[in-house]
Amino acid sequence: MTDIDTAEPLLVFDDVNLSFGSVKAVNGVSFAVQPKELFAIIGPNGAGKTSVFNVLSGVYRPQRGSVTLDGRQLVGMRPPKIAKLGMARTFQNIELFSNLTVLDNLMLGRHQHISYGALAAFAWVGPARRQEHRHRAVVEDIVDFLQLEQWRKMPVGLLPYGVQKRVELGRALAMEPKLLLLDEPVAGMNLEETEDMARFILDIRDELHIPMIMVEHDMGLVMDLADRILVVDFGTPIATGTPQEIQSNPDVIRAYLGGDHQTEAATDGPALTKEAAG
Amino acid sequence: MTTPTDEKTTSFSGHQLEETTRRPRRIWGRPGLVTAYAQDMAFFDTRAKLVAVCALVAIAALMPLQLEDDILKLLATGFVLAIGAIGLNLVTGYAGQVSLGHAFFVGVGAVTAAVLNGDPDGRRLGYGITFLPAWMLGAGLVAAVCGAIVAPLATRLRGLYLAIVTLGLVFIGQYIFAEWREGTGGRGVGRDAAVPTLGDVDLTVNGAYTEEQKLYWLMLVILVIFAVLARNLVRSKVGRAFAAVRDRDIAAGVMGVQLGRYKLLAFTISSFYAGVCGSLLYAADGHFSPDEFNLGMSVLFIAMILIGGAGTISGSIMGAMLLALLPRIASELPGFFPFISDRSTEHPNIFEVETALYGVLIIAFLLFEPRGLYGIWHRIRTYWKSFPFSY
Ligand SMILES: Nc1ncnc2c1ncn2[C@@H]1O[C@H](COP(=O)(O)OP(=O)(O)OP(=O)(O)O)[C@@H](O)[C@H]1O
Ligand SMILES: [Mg+2]
Repeated sequence: MTDIDTAEPLLVFDDVNLSFGSVKAVNGVSFAVQPKELFAIIGPNGAGKTSVFNVLSGVYRPQRGSVTLDGRQLVGMRPPKIAKLGMARTFQNIELFSNLTVLDNLMLGRHQHISYGALAAFAWVGPARRQEHRHRAVVEDIVDFLQLEQWRKMPVGLLPYGVQKRVELGRALAMEPKLLLLDEPVAGMNLEETEDMARFILDIRDELHIPMIMVEHDMGLVMDLADRILVVDFGTPIATGTPQEIQSNPDVIRAYLGGDHQTEAATDGPALTKEAAG
Repeated sequence: MTTPTDEKTTSFSGHQLEETTRRPRRIWGRPGLVTAYAQDMAFFDTRAKLVAVCALVAIAALMPLQLEDDILKLLATGFVLAIGAIGLNLVTGYAGQVSLGHAFFVGVGAVTAAVLNGDPDGRRLGYGITFLPAWMLGAGLVAAVCGAIVAPLATRLRGLYLAIVTLGLVFIGQYIFAEWREGTGGRGVGRDAAVPTLGDVDLTVNGAYTEEQKLYWLMLVILVIFAVLARNLVRSKVGRAFAAVRDRDIAAGVMGVQLGRYKLLAFTISSFYAGVCGSLLYAADGHFSPDEFNLGMSVLFIAMILIGGAGTISGSIMGAMLLALLPRIASELPGFFPFISDRSTEHPNIFEVETALYGVLIIAFLLFEPRGLYGIWHRIRTYWKSFPFSY
């Protein structure tokens, strides 16, 4: 990953603080994501991982700190503006438009790429129809890519959980993002669905070359896929490094297994398992 | 790890674009096969739908040659109400912003049309514009401006709070309409409504065809136009954005949908439809009073979209037609149920039954078929599609 280390970072998350009353959800977290990198954020429940995503996508405004994408300051921008700059995300608890079909959900991902206005929409013939057809073709490519053909015209609310997760990924991909945020992409999935999702994530990195930040509790997946990992606990950053470095970092092991197991765990050199992650 | 999509290169660019620009082909022996997106995304995506809707419109167009004038008048009123119901469905059914203020915008439309069309030398304010599209669209535009002014409320309030505040609009409107005697005639008095004329033909005067026949055709044509426009809107980018705002506003924002802008658009368009509805609603009676734009009228429109089906254009029309015909249905009941009287001094009488029916319909649809008449129709259609395998 030498080229990653030397390149200009795509995203810089610098000393961000976000608190809700007395709860410090994000407390002085800093990291940078390189172009083409698959960056992972891990940490116990309530560690502030989703809060980091909410700051990144503009849902929450941090009290302190700076976030830049391609050199542009994101703090203070509204979510649609940030989306337009190339940030796309999925949600921990699926946030699809459940009454709409798979195709319409993906078309909503194209929203900011479609330029015709309300009057053209009323008329339909002309710019509206042309653009709808063009973007439909793009969406069909994504349907192919994520193998969603059989569900295209079904309302997503009726689809199995694992498929919904995939549709949500497709909706984010439809935005043609510069940076893709995945919040627990395999949570609640069975083994087969998890393997499918892992394959899609690899495809996105290797074929579409979209850099990603992934939050995930499945340690096997994180250690396999991630280039670098950030560990947070109680909103505070604990360590950043490659999977190997993180696995052998005593602070990380302490955060996951609690203070009591500190010496024991460190000497046994345990692998971080799913169970340990809670 | 093998990937199933090895041929993919960098990003999604719509490789199948050539498919879309190609003319749709019909494959012999496979009438249901779709060969181009243009065909899949057409206004009528199946030939059956096209045939059914054309047949329906043709039957509707021929009705005046068969039916009595009093029924035609009810149906024409139903068509006009349907335009208003489509408007409310856009803001409430599609964009999810519950509005109890629809009657206000209908009133703005009725008053604007009457003022634009009114006799310049008459007792009330009037500008003497006789060209129907001018005063109809003018009424729509003034109502739309009112809607745009009110819309920012929706960016601050949601759900029940928005409903209550839009309700306040009805009361403010009633006050203004009542006080502005020059424009509206004032409470209990009212003024003449805009008179529909086409060229030199006054549609409210009997000629080769009766007033009711001519008004029926006029309203049918206008309804079809506004329904087609609305249908285009809801299948477009705008319609998807409305649904996104309704279903999950945070996710919508993260997808790039500007919530405020689409709420503004929803209220503006909805009010435009309401204004057009108001401008035509009193054409048959020739007269209206500002007292009519009250809470009861707002509730009537809500009932239409609930009964017809929230979030559907065809449902709006079905709901409006059913409620427009309800008094007539009630008045036919004594023929079937002799214990119902048609005199208001006896109980139960048709007026009581009408009110009760109205309430029962709302409750029954909410409980048993939340998708409304559209849902029932949809189920029948699905049943016939899968016939004889009905499960
Ligand atoms: N909107 C909010 N209001 C108040 N507190 C919040 C809010 N969002 C998050 N928090 C708090 O911030 C802390 C971090 O929450 P966050 O959802 O970011 O954790 P997480 O790391 O994503 O956890 P999990 O692994 O369970 O998803 C928690 O203590 C949570 O209760
Ligand atoms: Mg989380």
